[in-house]
Amino acid sequence: MTTPAGGTPPASDPAHGDEIGLRNQIRARWHALPELTRAGISIGLFVGLSILFFFVDHALAYGTLTITALFWIRRLPPVPYRLAAQVALVVIYLIAEPRSVGYVLAVGFAMTWVPQRYRTYTYPAAGLALAVLYPFYQDRLFTVPVFGVWPDVATGVYMLVFVMMAVGLNIVVGYAGLLDLGYVAFYATGAYTAAWFASLQFPHTTWHFGAVGIDPHLAGIHVTIWLLLLVAGVFTALSGIIIGLPTLRLRGDYLAIVTLGFGEILPQVARNGDSLFGFNLTNGPNGITPLDSLGFGHRLSSLTGGFLPANYLSCCSAKVLGHQIQSTDLFFWTALVLLMFTIFCSLRLQYSRLGRAWIAIREDETAAAAMGIPLMRTKTWAYASGAFFGGIAGAYYATFKSATFPGDFFFNISVFILCMVILGGMGNIWGVIVGASFLAYLNQEGLANTGAWINSNIHVGGWHPNLDVPLYASGIYGVIILVVMLFRPEGLIPSRRRAAELHEGVHDEPLYDTASAGA
Amino acid sequence: MAAEATAAGLPERLPRPSPTTLFGLVLVVLLVVWLAVNLVKTPGDFFDVLLIGLTTGCVYALVALGYTLVYGILELINFAHGDVFMLGGMFTITFSTSFFGLHQGQGFAIVPIVFATLVLVMLACGLLNAAIERVAYRPLRSAPRLAPLITAIGVSFIIEDVGLAWKGPNYVPAPDIFPHTNVFSVGGVDYGWNKLIVILITVPVLLLLLWLVQRTRQGKAMRATAQDMDASAMMGINVNRTISFTFLIAGALAGAAGVLYALYVTTVRFDQGFQLGLIAFTAAVFGGIGNLPGAVLGALLIGLIQAFNEGLNWHAPGSDWTESIVFSILILILVFRPEGLLGERTPEGG
Repeated sequence: MTTPAGGTPPASDPAHGDEIGLRNQIRARWHALPELTRAGISIGLFVGLSILFFFVDHALAYGTLTITALFWIRRLPPVPYRLAAQVALVVIYLIAEPRSVGYVLAVGFAMTWVPQRYRTYTYPAAGLALAVLYPFYQDRLFTVPVFGVWPDVATGVYMLVFVMMAVGLNIVVGYAGLLDLGYVAFYATGAYTAAWFASLQFPHTTWHFGAVGIDPHLAGIHVTIWLLLLVAGVFTALSGIIIGLPTLRLRGDYLAIVTLGFGEILPQVARNGDSLFGFNLTNGPNGITPLDSLGFGHRLSSLTGGFLPANYLSCCSAKVLGHQIQSTDLFFWTALVLLMFTIFCSLRLQYSRLGRAWIAIREDETAAAAMGIPLMRTKTWAYASGAFFGGIAGAYYATFKSATFPGDFFFNISVFILCMVILGGMGNIWGVIVGASFLAYLNQEGLANTGAWINSNIHVGGWHPNLDVPLYASGIYGVIILVVMLFRPEGLIPSRRRAAELHEGVHDEPLYDTASAGA
Repeated sequence: MAAEATAAGLPERLPRPSPTTLFGLVLVVLLVVWLAVNLVKTPGDFFDVLLIGLTTGCVYALVALGYTLVYGILELINFAHGDVFMLGGMFTITFSTSFFGLHQGQGFAIVPIVFATLVLVMLACGLLNAAIERVAYRPLRSAPRLAPLITAIGVSFIIEDVGLAWKGPNYVPAPDIFPHTNVFSVGGVDYGWNKLIVILITVPVLLLLLWLVQRTRQGKAMRATAQDMDASAMMGINVNRTISFTFLIAGALAGAAGVLYALYVTTVRFDQGFQLGLIAFTAAVFGGIGNLPGAVLGALLIGLIQAFNEGLNWHAPGSDWTESIVFSILILILVFRPEGLLGERTPEGG
């Protein structure tokens, strides 16, 4: 919820005239207004918003009003019972509106109490809390106009997996500035790695290692998925290095083309891989299915008193907070853990020595080389780290679907993931997360819902549209890419540094130009 | 380019490592042996396939020239180019059947109709391509090089969906009007008129393009802009107009290719442009991007490779593997000889 009141002093003193960027200018103008006008405008906005929300959902409207009240209590001088008043407001609200929106907004209230310097952690923590609890309140959420119902938990898993991939691609595209148009190749590698070692694909070998939920004498290789996630990541990173070593010295646009080439070759190999010299590697267009299930096995399950489920697919009789836990929920939480891991690694990498080297290369390759940064090694690391997370995501998603098909790895997917990174803001992990979740949702449910809404609600004269909106998904991504690149190349939630580069332009001329080196 | 393997970056060019050359030579030798065995085993098929390859190569050449022209002047891989070509095919179907009432069995009446369609489609695609440049690439000319590349992908997807919305998700049939009678038939090798007509249209278009680039004032401006944009602006060349003109020409070539493709293959589908565009781009890189004769040579070679792969009997991988082979060639070329067969047009060489 963006608030013009802000409730907090601005980060930098507006009097200094440090007003770079639209947001800061607006903020400075805002704080130049008299206190009373500001109060009036923001209360008016909030009340207006509440009235608007009233038509959508009563809980949302009351919640917004409560937030307004909380904000203005906060601005009062520190009177003795201020905190008590705030708590009382929240309690009254929760009693009056026990529905899920109340829980959602409770987190919003929590944010208004948090001191400025802890805000950095509050937003991610609140987001995480909302995400963890999502399966509990998803079915009780209100219907959004146009977009329809909130995504179900299976869509949530899909979104998390794609967010993970987008965060991985962000390392390559956002941090290191290497355009990778074949990221789907890594996704495919991860998925097939999981499929090979946890299915009936190789019936002449029988080898079990910690697999759950299957007959221990079943043919084929069955390794526990937990190990396979790691193996898939490492294997994909290795293939990233193998692809990267000969190609990363190419200049940017050629590199894009080469990655695109790999992204086209790999699915074709998967499609034709049912008789590679007579050997059935990928089972061709039929794909590899089913895969073994995730699970912790009976020993761990009983050790933790059933908290860790033995097998995700045949689990769960527990009812928590009035919600019957399902296997999809378990997959959702596991995906969340994996995503946390990805985000953690990505954040730690960003300002590490390696991350700073990536930024240097992105901004000026020649200068970076002159400063002693080994170009090839640094770029290869970017490639490998990006590939690592792509591989894990691919392996996990294959496990969730219990199948992997060559048709899942089209070029569109590469562009789709790239679109997520661009929309959110190249180089800024929070932006990428927001962009990726939104686009993944659109792809899975949003476009279909929106299309249904358009078809049933829009009539121009006697004309009733009968659009198959999901059919035009790639065109819609095309429009998003075009509009974002033309008008806001730094993305919705930009990284400051990247925004400056994209607006001022940087010299990304490589050390060696094929034009001059090849002459 | 190869010298950069030493990350420390010595400025002078190191000698090419010999294993690379060896690897390339082995590949070429294997290819020649494979072709020779096929030639001996089934000479009839071999020449049939050769002629088919030359014909598809001609269509590729027209598309590849568009990539090369644009790359030469802006150093931009115009991903949308293949989709402009696809729209050209759709324009062809609409113009020729709806406007001119083209259908099968009209005898020589098809000649003016095909000609008029060709002109109209070339014009339409040229204008479309110039418009794309104006909207999607010109605002980003001073941005980092990857920015217009990303918008190019976006535009490509948009045009693809325009084709999808316009003509639907299925193959759109085009009138099969080129006569299939044989020009000659020697020892089981048939050469149909439909193949000859493709070449008969391609060659004059190519000559026209060469004349335009080499002999006219506008062509000179194009070459100058490709060499140095700032310097040509100082010399009084209207750079923006020259770039627009280049896109117009490139689009017109894609349009011509679209006409030939639609009438020769007789089906068009909305997603064919991107794939064929990538193959044509490979051809342009193969010959040396920025180099006009190189693009034609590369296109003919790619056309031949594709036809041999799909048409020969003895140990040919078959059409399932065409894209993999073409993209492997692309990757090998970019990695081992990024300047292509004939050499990239250098800033100095014009």
